[in-house]
Amino acid sequence: MPTRGFALPSLAAVLACIAFAVTVTGGAPASHAATLEEAVQGLSAKSYKDRAVGVEILAATGHPRAIPILEAMAKGQLFVRKADGVTVIGHKTGKVYSLTNALDGSAVGDARKKELKKVKVNNRLRGVIKAALGGLTLLSDDPDRREEAAAAVFAARDAGALETVEQAIAREEDPGLLDQLTLAKAAIQTNPDFPLDVRLAAVERLSESALPEVRSLLASLSQEGEPDAEVRATAAEALDAVERDLAFWNLLGAIFQGLSLGSVLLLAAVGLAITFGVMGVINMAHGELVMLGAYTTFVVQQLFRDFAPGGLDYSLAVAVPAAFLVAGAAGVAIERSVIRWLYGRPFETLLATWGLSLILQQLVRTVFGPTNREVSSPSWLSGAFETATGLVLPYNRVAIIIFSLLVVAGIALVLRRTALGLYMRAVTQNRSMASSMGIRTGWVDAATFGLGAGIAGVAGVALSQIDNVSPNLGQAYIVDSFMVVVFGGVGNLWGTLVGAMSLGVINKFLEPFAGAVLAKILVLVAIILFIQKRPRGLFALKGRAAES
Amino acid sequence: MAVRSVLVDLLAGNRGGQILLAVLLAAVVVVPISNLLLPADSVLHVPTYVVSLMGKYLTFALLALSVDLIWGYAGVLSLGHGAFFALGGYAMGMYMMRQIGDRGVYGHPELPDFMVFLDWKELPWYWHGFDWFPFAMVMALVVPGALALVFGWFAFRSRVTGVYLSIITQAMTFALMLAFFRNDMGFGGNNGLTDFKELLGFNLQADGTRVALFCASAAAVALGYLLGRFIVRSRAGRVLVAVRDAETRVRFLGYRVEHYKLFVFVLSAMLAGLAGALYVPQVGIINPSEFAPAASIEIVVWVAVGGRGSLYGAVLGAILVNYAKTVFTGALPDMWLFVLGALFIAVTLFLPKGIVGTVPVFKRAGVRWRRRPGRARSPDSAP
Repeated sequence: MPTRGFALPSLAAVLACIAFAVTVTGGAPASHAATLEEAVQGLSAKSYKDRAVGVEILAATGHPRAIPILEAMAKGQLFVRKADGVTVIGHKTGKVYSLTNALDGSAVGDARKKELKKVKVNNRLRGVIKAALGGLTLLSDDPDRREEAAAAVFAARDAGALETVEQAIAREEDPGLLDQLTLAKAAIQTNPDFPLDVRLAAVERLSESALPEVRSLLASLSQEGEPDAEVRATAAEALDAVERDLAFWNLLGAIFQGLSLGSVLLLAAVGLAITFGVMGVINMAHGELVMLGAYTTFVVQQLFRDFAPGGLDYSLAVAVPAAFLVAGAAGVAIERSVIRWLYGRPFETLLATWGLSLILQQLVRTVFGPTNREVSSPSWLSGAFETATGLVLPYNRVAIIIFSLLVVAGIALVLRRTALGLYMRAVTQNRSMASSMGIRTGWVDAATFGLGAGIAGVAGVALSQIDNVSPNLGQAYIVDSFMVVVFGGVGNLWGTLVGAMSLGVINKFLEPFAGAVLAKILVLVAIILFIQKRPRGLFALKGRAAES
Repeated sequence: MAVRSVLVDLLAGNRGGQILLAVLLAAVVVVPISNLLLPADSVLHVPTYVVSLMGKYLTFALLALSVDLIWGYAGVLSLGHGAFFALGGYAMGMYMMRQIGDRGVYGHPELPDFMVFLDWKELPWYWHGFDWFPFAMVMALVVPGALALVFGWFAFRSRVTGVYLSIITQAMTFALMLAFFRNDMGFGGNNGLTDFKELLGFNLQADGTRVALFCASAAAVALGYLLGRFIVRSRAGRVLVAVRDAETRVRFLGYRVEHYKLFVFVLSAMLAGLAGALYVPQVGIINPSEFAPAASIEIVVWVAVGGRGSLYGAVLGAILVNYAKTVFTGALPDMWLFVLGALFIAVTLFLPKGIVGTVPVFKRAGVRWRRRPGRARSPDSAP
């Protein structure tokens, strides 16, 4: 044991702990109460020496009550009631002491001083209590406390804590916490008091982590202040490795954010890929159909709040089909009332649907008011995956990426595998031929537009989770979604997917250098230039379909 | 004499153009007299705010005219003309900012208020020269023209046509809007340029200045109309109409389609820039919202309401729609977007030729109803 020289004060504690660790780890949590009772009785033993052993036994239980009991003992507030021998914690209020049971913290009445016997402590015992308290948090049953304690130990790098840390490592079952504890141990072992080989091993261990604290520790070890040249070199090397690691994780983070933005663009654009890409209809009211979907989410949530508050977390499951139906119905109505008169006249379609978008916006503003509406996220979407390397993946973003891919897959299935999809493709490719084969082209037009609009509504459900639900919601996405469709290539679902994701990633890669607004401008300019080069987009249709 | 014969040539048999020029001439004579010479309590007195309002409509009319030139004759639907308009406006705004001198809120001898506020130490290079009016006016034409030249050169050369072109022009104005919202651009960020005091030394609040601006706008519309009419009546104009109706065929006949389109696109952008330069002193502010895609689409509906492909129809449409906007936003602000939206739909569904294109239809119906011998269709009615 290389640590003997400065671990003496707590050696006794450690021995006691090791002795009792068997009991603790062997016994199930249910046996705590009994163990605690025995341990507490040990506190009022005759001699100070026996009391010290009692303290260590109590600490070894790792029971949450051990902390207040030991704290009270150190302050001289722990008593034994003479009448029944119960150990109590007493606070002096006026002439009497108000008592709480040491075992469970329940109030057990008042008592005068002469009815109580104080558990006396001397300085040596206080030291034992203090050490036990420090270890207790590392050995606590509560993982949050253990985590806090590990962080504190890491920050202090006090060699005296090493024994407890090692003990905690032996007990720890949570892999994340185990990692933190071994890091804390390594941090302690970088102390110049340790032998060189231990220190080098500790630096190696530290280099496996990319936490900022670890980096600053490594940085300080690689500085001039470090007496040993070999440690300095190893630390510098480890720091390099960590920085490389970190750059890699940052890259992953940027890609994730790019995909996240791309999935939002994809959702906004994918309905357009049907109405514009498949049917060739310029639907400027597309963004407003997305907005209708978002407001449907809001209404569904309000209904859940009023009638089934327990199911609020699952309201999104209802909102998705509801938004599909609402926006789809609006789409069919738009197609039947306006767009069908304008086939083959793209400029007129553009203007008429723009007019529709103004009307829809104002309608929503009149009904729901001009301000943002609150759509809450279900509890299962709040929070984030966090890796030790500082990569944060919020659940709602992850969910939207997955959701957008599901939506695209669903559309691809509908287009390729269903009768409706077959009719759609037939009508787009050769309307008169399809008509003479007995396909009701008008009905197919309405259904196709309804599908595109419904998908827009579904996109609105997802966007309501990350964006403000306001009448202007659609306006924010209309230019972007047209850019995605045009960039990816009209009439091509795969192109839309690739286009959206690459635009998202490019945008997020530019952001650190250019800032958010300039990045967006640069991307727009790049798309404008790109369209000059490839006027039919990334994945242009070839052959006959390209003629139109 | 030559000018006169050209005028006669441009207006002969062109009833709409004759009416337009006559009305503009009458306005230029009547409005100054009514505003400046008649006492304020006279029934015939036109208040100054009305003069400015009409002046604003006229700048919109010029803007609509520029859009009609490119959409109605070359078949290029630009959804970015608001950008050219705004650029012209910014050029004029920069000149008037320089005119403020040290009378700004911060009283800085050199820098405009917003630069003092941003703690800038000296004038950015692109602000130099704007204290000289002719330079600013040239920039109001050259900057939009240059943007149109570069943009159009790329777009037309690679044969980006139809709605694709519309969408990328929309992206262009959207990108410019984002850019002008940035404070670092040096154009006043989202507040834009405002608090103007004088134009060429004349107080902007004075009745005389307002009337002069109104007359200048009317003259600009008249000249813009004559210029546009001159172009569409020329050989190049006939090629443009052919491009609109059958682009591929014209190309196969050996015409460089992109040159014709580029020429009229640049000219149209410069007219829009001029409109913007006249607009800003009359409303007293220019900010990035003029770049908003919605503003550009609105211009297109003015033209559609009036009737594309006649030039004077665009003027009529711009004035009518903007008058309706003034009335509705004053009386029933919540209704305006419904009205505007319905207008978009109604015009495309029921009046595809606009007002100007539909009048002859009614006229012919009236003629038939009165059982008179049929009249020849006027030669310039919208196709």
